[in-house]
Amino acid sequence: MFQVRIHGRGGQGVVTAAEMLSVAAFLEGKHAQAFPSFGSERTGAPVVAFCRISDKEIRLREPIQEPDALIVQDPTLFKALDVTEGLESDGYLIVNTARSLAEIQIETIVAKLPAGRAIAAPATELALKFINRPSPNTALLGAFAAHVGVVSLDSVCEAIRRAFPGKMGEANVEAAKAAYALIAAKVAA
Amino acid sequence: MLHQIEGSKAMAQAIALCRPQVVCAYPITPQTHIVEGLGEIIREGELDNCEFINVESEFAALSVAIGASAAGARAYTATASQGLLFMAEAVYNAAGLGLPIVMTLGNRAIGAPINIWNDHSDSMAMRESGWLQLFAETNQEAVDLHIIAFRLAEELSVPTMVCVDGFILTHAVERVDLPEQAQVDAYLPPYEPVQSLDPNDPISIGAMVGPEAFTEVRYLQYYKQQQALGLIEQLSDEFAELFGRASGGLLRTYNVEDAELVVVAMGSICGTIKDVIDEMAADGVRVGLVTLTTFRPFPTEALNAALSDAKDVLVIDRSLDVGMGGPLASNVAIALREMLRPPQLFSAIAGLGGRPVPKTSLHRLFRQAAIQPWSGVHFLDLNERVIAREIHRRGKSRRAGPTAEAILKQLGQERAARLARMPR
Repeated sequence: MFQVRIHGRGGQGVVTAAEMLSVAAFLEGKHAQAFPSFGSERTGAPVVAFCRISDKEIRLREPIQEPDALIVQDPTLFKALDVTEGLESDGYLIVNTARSLAEIQIETIVAKLPAGRAIAAPATELALKFINRPSPNTALLGAFAAHVGVVSLDSVCEAIRRAFPGKMGEANVEAAKAAYALIAAKVAA
Repeated sequence: MLHQIEGSKAMAQAIALCRPQVVCAYPITPQTHIVEGLGEIIREGELDNCEFINVESEFAALSVAIGASAAGARAYTATASQGLLFMAEAVYNAAGLGLPIVMTLGNRAIGAPINIWNDHSDSMAMRESGWLQLFAETNQEAVDLHIIAFRLAEELSVPTMVCVDGFILTHAVERVDLPEQAQVDAYLPPYEPVQSLDPNDPISIGAMVGPEAFTEVRYLQYYKQQQALGLIEQLSDEFAELFGRASGGLLRTYNVEDAELVVVAMGSICGTIKDVIDEMAADGVRVGLVTLTTFRPFPTEALNAALSDAKDVLVIDRSLDVGMGGPLASNVAIALREMLRPPQLFSAIAGLGGRPVPKTSLHRLFRQAAIQPWSGVHFLDLNERVIAREIHRRGKSRRAGPTAEAILKQLGQERAARLARMPR
């Protein structure tokens, strides 16, 4: 079983990201379970969502405490709460930022992970370019497909189209593809 | 067909496949996406001969359902938590009148303190109302139970609640096999009421009944619930035959053979318990599980048969009868009286007001039952430090103030201290 935790703020599409990731896994014939961390959601408040992916039926209902991968949609959250709590020692970390991980001062977190496991992805910038609004979730899923795998870019794109039919969906697909290309090039380098 | 879909949306589609004729709901908190989904389906004209009635309160929602059902319509509504309590009088009326309404409960805690999260307090508050109560373990079962519920309710003319863990299931996106309309039509015939109000053939429903007949009317409610025990099994078998999967029934067992400790629980927590059971089995510790799908009527005979070889039974309640303990544990204890050599009973309260129930805590709980048995009620993951401090604080002053606020203040101080220690 592969477990993903997504941190962000209300309005950033954190819950939708977890749902789309689960749909991408479903499209590949896997079992997947996406659920939000429930609270009185409001714009700007910290939000957490979870996604489990497995080849077998998923029966577990606890919140994900030891994620294999972490997506952080807003880097200011590192100062507000312990976002990396429970992250597996060989886990993946994707941070939405146009700056470097050193610049956002999370070296101590990066140092705990194997080399190359933590990456920065300029998802908000890509979202503004392709979608014309600062919704980083779909670009981050593209980055996830490149950096972590588990689901393919094609499945991510199809999941995005199902969540956002029409033009909006295609714009989000472009953002995801651009993020995928950017991260895949970094991984190859 | 398989879908990756939110529980509430899947239930809305399944309910639409049951062809309700009246859906009424009060569409604000505490409500789920179920009636929102149904509202969309009805507005889009995808459901023939169905009226969606937006009402002004939960009391009105069930009152309209009662009127609709008495007029011979297949009626449906949904609520949770405080919403169920607000309709309480009508809940008892629907049962007393024998009107086969189906209602989904997206199980949530009841305030005060204000809490919007999951537990079973709402279902438990209405356990004596005369409704049948079925509990879903997964969203697949939630979908299936609605189809079974309409058939069950209408065959007996008894209202039925489908209890689905709020948020944990209602807001979870997972794989659900949604049946075809033809399958549901083959399973669920059009509603044929045993009583209906018809201007051309006037009758009255809801007579005043004095001491001379009240007991008999109540007894017949009891009798019908006893009949439901057999019917639930039969309808579950028919469901399995037609839909190709097992759902519903009175209860399910998991690994109970040779298990010294058998856990009894209801709802979505059973999935996590099964994972823990498998992990413990890998370590050579055998624990079993009885998942109670039917809580009302209480399946005494089936439960005792499932527990016949158990040495210890651990009941996990997701609600608290404050002056007594776990309501499910109390019910199991009554059932065990019928056994010749009843197992020892342990009671634990878990997952109140949305408190997560992690595997690690269940591991500890199951091991504790074997090595350090307790009497009375065990509260899983109770923060004893906070409790001790608050009891001490309250002992010092008469005007100690509100409990909830004091606990939140303590936790806030602890959190601030933790954050201050975090590396920057």
